[in-house]
Amino acid sequence: MIEIHGLHKAFGSLDVLRGIDLEIAAGAVVCVIGPSGSGKSTLLRCVNLLEQPTTGRVLIGGTEVTDPECDIDAVRRRIGMVFQQFNLFPHLSALDNVAIAQRKVLRRPRREAGRIARENLDRVGLGDKAAAYPAQLSGGQQQRVAIARALAMGPEVMLFDEPTSALDPELVGDVLGVMRGLAMDGMTMLVVTHEMSFAREVADQVVFMDEGVIVEQGPPAQVIGDPSHERTRAFLARVLNPATAT
Amino acid sequence: MSVSETTEAPPRRTLTRRQRHRLVLGGEYAVFLAVVLAVVLLADWDTVRQNLANWDVARQLFPDIITVGLRNTVLYTLLAYAFGLAVGMVIAMLRLSSVPPYRWFAMAFVEVFRGLPALLIIIFVGFGIPFAFAIEIPGGVVGQITLALGMVAAGYMAETIRAGIEAVPRGQMEAARSLGMSYGRAMRSIIIPQAFRIIIPPLTNEMILLFKDSSLVLFLAVTLEQRELTKFGRDLTGQVGNTTPIVVAGLCYLLITIPLGYLVRRLDARQRRGQR
Ligand SMILES: Nc1ncnc2c1ncn2[C@@H]1O[C@H](COP(=O)(O)OP(=O)(O)O)[C@@H](O)[C@H]1O
Ligand SMILES: [Mg+2]
Repeated sequence: MIEIHGLHKAFGSLDVLRGIDLEIAAGAVVCVIGPSGSGKSTLLRCVNLLEQPTTGRVLIGGTEVTDPECDIDAVRRRIGMVFQQFNLFPHLSALDNVAIAQRKVLRRPRREAGRIARENLDRVGLGDKAAAYPAQLSGGQQQRVAIARALAMGPEVMLFDEPTSALDPELVGDVLGVMRGLAMDGMTMLVVTHEMSFAREVADQVVFMDEGVIVEQGPPAQVIGDPSHERTRAFLARVLNPATAT
Repeated sequence: MSVSETTEAPPRRTLTRRQRHRLVLGGEYAVFLAVVLAVVLLADWDTVRQNLANWDVARQLFPDIITVGLRNTVLYTLLAYAFGLAVGMVIAMLRLSSVPPYRWFAMAFVEVFRGLPALLIIIFVGFGIPFAFAIEIPGGVVGQITLALGMVAAGYMAETIRAGIEAVPRGQMEAARSLGMSYGRAMRSIIIPQAFRIIIPPLTNEMILLFKDSSLVLFLAVTLEQRELTKFGRDLTGQVGNTTPIVVAGLCYLLITIPLGYLVRRLDARQRRGQR
């Protein structure tokens, strides 16, 4: 479903991604872990071309998005993205947040867009918050509206960039619950996260990134349970056991 | 600091802080009273009332000062505001363009129209353009006024709109693009509505400035029916040999600008409280 070949990304003289190869099968959930600054967000943003890769190819369901001829707006409709900071539209109600792109991009009539928006708000457990504005919602609720907003476009792939990192600990569970449900429904997902228990339970593959390269990848039991690289072990020790970290 | 001065002051006969404060306050009141007295005693009140607040003259001004003067002032302001907003919007978009020549053009436009006196622009549009290019500006004098005042406003508005757009967090554009919106669609549906919320106070302020600048069109060749407040007041002052029309015209301006100014302060305060 997603194919990444020889992906490089540099910001000026800073090489952030230094040759990434990754394939994600349809319906698979891949979790990306790694220290801050290792290029995880940049990788995700290259998949839907929020960042233009320096070299390399990215294919979504067989369409090469890095082809200069590719209609990127058309491809982005097929890729949902959820951000660390939610990025809800503050001037629109939850319902309109979920409906606006359906109406303006997919040209769905107002009523149909509203109905699909409600369905997706129900799906993330916020059917009763349709009229609320983002400022009236908790972080966890905002992030679930953001997920509904992406789902309403009927994406084939969902990208999550640390979706729970900005949340109070007691709100993390609701968001992870929604994501777990999506994974069970067969959504193809590429998830950057520090939630190791989520990765262990839900991921088909875990990718450990450091300094712009994939150091190690495989099933969670292998990468998280029995890592073969020293850098992976050091990272996991810090994440799983912050108190004893040096 | 003053506390330590008073506590550490040697036991000379110095004034306490409170006594000093009273003395200063008393002095200020004394000066104020002296000025009021001087004005009251020195001015020739009958002449002043006769010339500035003459009821008989004031009565004759109505209803024309409202139905012609104030009406045209409001009309010219709104026409120029709409035109300036449209031009300002275009210039702001050019200023944010990724094509350098567009940005240069927008920057030059802003510098020129912010840097020139409004009166010079009005004279240029009214007399310079027809003369130099041998063309008529469509809409006659009203068209000239709209163009001239609109250009005066457009430079400021372009900068205000640009600042508003840049104040919208980057993540908003990214979220909109990630949903498949084009750049233009994201601007129209997501960025600009938020930008305008931010800039409503300065844009309202711009309307107050434009309302006052509209007085400068008295230099153009307006007909009797096209006179706005200032020209109306000046003409009648000349006709009746009395300053009352200017005073009444001034009150008409304040009738609009004071409530608008109040509105701006309200909007500003609401925004500073971070309400949506
Ligand atoms: N737009 C940008 N311009 C310049 N440097 C950037 C930009 N985006 C990210 N970087 C740099 O790229 C590196 C990787 O960032 P990022 O992909 O956000 O890492 P991660 O998500 O793993 O924390 C960091 O050093 C960051 O400073
Ligand atoms: Mg990141």
